[in-house]
Amino acid sequence: MQAINQSILTLILLVPLAGAILVAIAPDRVKLPNWIALATTLFTFLLTLHLPAHFVLGQSGFQFEINHPWIEDPAIYYHVGVDGLSLWLVVLTGLLAPVGVLASWNAIKERRKIFYSLFLVQQTAMLGVFVSLDLMLYYGFWELSLVPMAILIAMYGRKDGPKAALKFFLFTFIPSAPLLVAILWLYARTGSFDFATLRLLIAQGSLPAGALFWAALAFLAAFAVKVPVFPLHGWLADTYKEAPVALAMVVAGKLGLYSMLRFHVGLFPAQAREMAPLLIALAVIGVLYGGCLALVQRDFWRLIAFAAVSQLSLIVLAIYGLTFTGWNGGVYQILSDGVAEGAVFLLLGTLYDHYATSQISAYGGLAAKLPRVTGFFVLTSLTMVGLPMLSGFVGEFTILSSTFTGVSRGWAITATLGVILSAAYMLWLVQRVFYGPESALASSQPAGDLRFRELSVLVPLAVLMLVMGVAPSLWFTTIQTGVHPPQVRDFAHDRPNVLTLPSIEPNASAREGQR
Amino acid sequence: MTQVPAIYRILPEVILTLTGVAIMLIDASLPAHWRRRNLGWIAAVGTTLALWASIWQLSLPEGTAFFATVETSVFTVFFHVLICAIVLVALLLSLDSLPEANPHQGEFYALVLFGAVGMCLLTSAIELLLVFIALEISSISTYILAGFRKQTGRGPEAAIKYFLLGSFATAFFLYGIALIFGATGTTQIYEIAHLAPTAQNHSLVVAALALMLVGILFKVSAAPLHIWTPDVYEGAPLPVVALLSTAPKAAAFALLLRVVYEIFPSLHALWAPLLWIVAVLSMTVGNFAALRQQNVKRMLAYSSIAHAGYLLAAFAAIGSVGIAAASFYTAAYAAMNVGIFAVVAVVSGYGDELPLISDFRGLIYRSPLLGSLLIFFLVSLTGIPFTGGFFGKFYAFSAAVDGGAIALAIIGLLNSGLAAGYYLRFALVAAKRPEAGDVKAEPPKPRVGIAVGAALAFAVIATLLLGIVPNAVLHAAQSGAHTLQAPPLTQVDPPAVPLQSPQ
Repeated sequence: MQAINQSILTLILLVPLAGAILVAIAPDRVKLPNWIALATTLFTFLLTLHLPAHFVLGQSGFQFEINHPWIEDPAIYYHVGVDGLSLWLVVLTGLLAPVGVLASWNAIKERRKIFYSLFLVQQTAMLGVFVSLDLMLYYGFWELSLVPMAILIAMYGRKDGPKAALKFFLFTFIPSAPLLVAILWLYARTGSFDFATLRLLIAQGSLPAGALFWAALAFLAAFAVKVPVFPLHGWLADTYKEAPVALAMVVAGKLGLYSMLRFHVGLFPAQAREMAPLLIALAVIGVLYGGCLALVQRDFWRLIAFAAVSQLSLIVLAIYGLTFTGWNGGVYQILSDGVAEGAVFLLLGTLYDHYATSQISAYGGLAAKLPRVTGFFVLTSLTMVGLPMLSGFVGEFTILSSTFTGVSRGWAITATLGVILSAAYMLWLVQRVFYGPESALASSQPAGDLRFRELSVLVPLAVLMLVMGVAPSLWFTTIQTGVHPPQVRDFAHDRPNVLTLPSIEPNASAREGQR
Repeated sequence: MTQVPAIYRILPEVILTLTGVAIMLIDASLPAHWRRRNLGWIAAVGTTLALWASIWQLSLPEGTAFFATVETSVFTVFFHVLICAIVLVALLLSLDSLPEANPHQGEFYALVLFGAVGMCLLTSAIELLLVFIALEISSISTYILAGFRKQTGRGPEAAIKYFLLGSFATAFFLYGIALIFGATGTTQIYEIAHLAPTAQNHSLVVAALALMLVGILFKVSAAPLHIWTPDVYEGAPLPVVALLSTAPKAAAFALLLRVVYEIFPSLHALWAPLLWIVAVLSMTVGNFAALRQQNVKRMLAYSSIAHAGYLLAAFAAIGSVGIAAASFYTAAYAAMNVGIFAVVAVVSGYGDELPLISDFRGLIYRSPLLGSLLIFFLVSLTGIPFTGGFFGKFYAFSAAVDGGAIALAIIGLLNSGLAAGYYLRFALVAAKRPEAGDVKAEPPKPRVGIAVGAALAFAVIATLLLGIVPNAVLHAAQSGAHTLQAPPLTQVDPPAVPLQSPQ
């Protein structure tokens, strides 16, 4: 068992890569690439399940750690490990991969080898981002994740793939140049890329604060584009509209949000605190702005894109509220969002494949013809809206309540309006697509409801939404160990002692309420 | 100290020369109607032998030969191996690209080998006159190769442009040698290094440095001496461009390293700001010009100018850090650039038609292998991690930061963001689905023969290895960097002519 624990993360990273090579050399016959990709992703998912099964709860720090010298000069280490923060994100990535393969099963008809091998490379890159503890290694995976994504959007885009791909790539690649400069600067000052070493050195104050501010800003800019945070979301709508379903469901959110928690707030707590007021404001604006724009979209991919801006902004609010409860809720919401986005994209993808349009007005009255699609879509929408007993509620409630008590009542109340908006745009979408009079489009096509392949994915996702809604403690126990390690746990103040947020509003009453 | 036979010190050059001469003789004695393609295999074997001979030279004790005119050290071996590897890939590429019926194949292969002799000698010569001779050997071969398609209009144009401008630049270099001889009374590099700082006529030394830099910067096509590059690349056949854009540049960068770090380290305050400006100019001019190109050859020509700029950023560092970074970058740049030209050569063939970016539309659908390779090399040129291009840029900009040129590193990184624009545009065109009505949608599927396959595999593996396990090459570059310092005069063989004062 020791041997497995020692090598599990390497295996998780290598299996998709091996699968990619296998797909590339195997002949493209009888859906062989699909089957290899499915087998690889399922196997990887099983491997990721090893992590929660053998995660030691009481132990602080990183587990399943591997630290090997890789390149001598500069001193880059193959240093990987997971803690409560990244553990479930790795599992989520593992889960969404077979979902993505099954979602592309019939949608990708030609050049399947290229699609699936790049998809698997992308998988390795994303998993690598979550487990890397060496900044250079992390940066490597971060950049690597952009390339297959851009190529796949370009090649398999719906109408104008190359344009969307270029937009996506430039939006995400350009901010990563300052990120690299910041990483190199840290290395030049400390001689280390190691996350734990750097965190310690920065906490000890051995680096000049002025320069640290710029370094933290460079980190933040790269992450904020990837999330995306309000004014930097320009790429998202086009990407959602063009990208194949399997990629659209993973392109936004978790990579950027995780990086914010680990490498921005985690590495530069003091600088993050300085920037927090701005980010809280941007997050709340994003919640409302995304929600309002989602209301007026005519294309359901664009609607989902702006809904994502709104929902992801809520998590940004949780991260920069700088409370333990908020972080817990934030990580939980990343997971819940990941599952719900997976289901939404799968369902809308089925509709798009069948009716070849994403114009909401073309749909209507599908409920009678497609009862299963309707059922699952309503469930997913309710999750996104945050209905109690479903996974979305737990995260949203925790985030909003921690903001209310720990940050500011004003911002919390404003952000709550976003939840109302989410109910409006999601339920209106359901109403327009599935209910009402049957549209000409719906009657022109024979009904094509979900079949075994789709159901085999959607049923587990739906179950997950329910279980995560009623038994969140299954996840919270491990998440907690990651976001507030035992040694700094301070429940009385619900906040790491280094992170006392300056008041960004007259919120003395909020503080009193907390006591 | 045991005496190493002098011939061992120039063994790779000897092997290349003998193979080249043998090819010319065989070519002349074969009946006119015989196929001459197999001469290319002889050349490839000769180059491989030269490559092994270079590696074998590592087992020799470091030192000089022929009256202190050539030396072998880790530095020279590094560049010998690099040049031989590039030439090998270029030969393999030519084997499948040159038309079967071309009657001049023998000359082609012989010229490539003679060019390689000159480039190799350029990196190991430590006597400026020999350096000049080596420069001429390599230049004259490449002038002819550039105009190899002499029946078309563009071939001779390219050759004449290259020849006129190139000889002008070499004349500058020669004039620099003359001035330094005037100032120090010697052309032996170690002696100059010792005498130059104390030379009576300091302005003569400075003028010599300036003239030599003009000659070398022309050869590496750094702005503002880059004007020839796009035109020559446009007119030359693609396998030649693959060679031209890498091997002579590697040799010229080796010479530049030798000149600035070994001969004139004392004038660091003079050449460092100059190279700073040239670096910034090259990358900016190269990238902005490349952005607007529709012609693949011109785009890659401007991209190579930009890469020369990134490489020159490494010269901002003092001493061995900069040398190691520059050497590593040369290797990484050579691997990916020779690779991308190989792909373009296979797709567009030997013909005179200029490959346009739009010709590559949907390449990945026509030929998944070539399409994927094209995108791979473009990704490496962009500088994405896990490819050689990333570590090349990484070390070059780290060296710049190390030397205190933070502004240069930032300009460089912004430039690579800009460059990502046109590399990606090209990659996306290759990934684009061909349209039904497109007349050009179904050109014949490019054929990948054994030789080209080997060349491509070589370039891919080198690019990947440099990006994933760069340790070995980096070590070699670093130990090479340490050997590139003039030893005390006592350790050097006695020069042919006893040392005299300038009077």
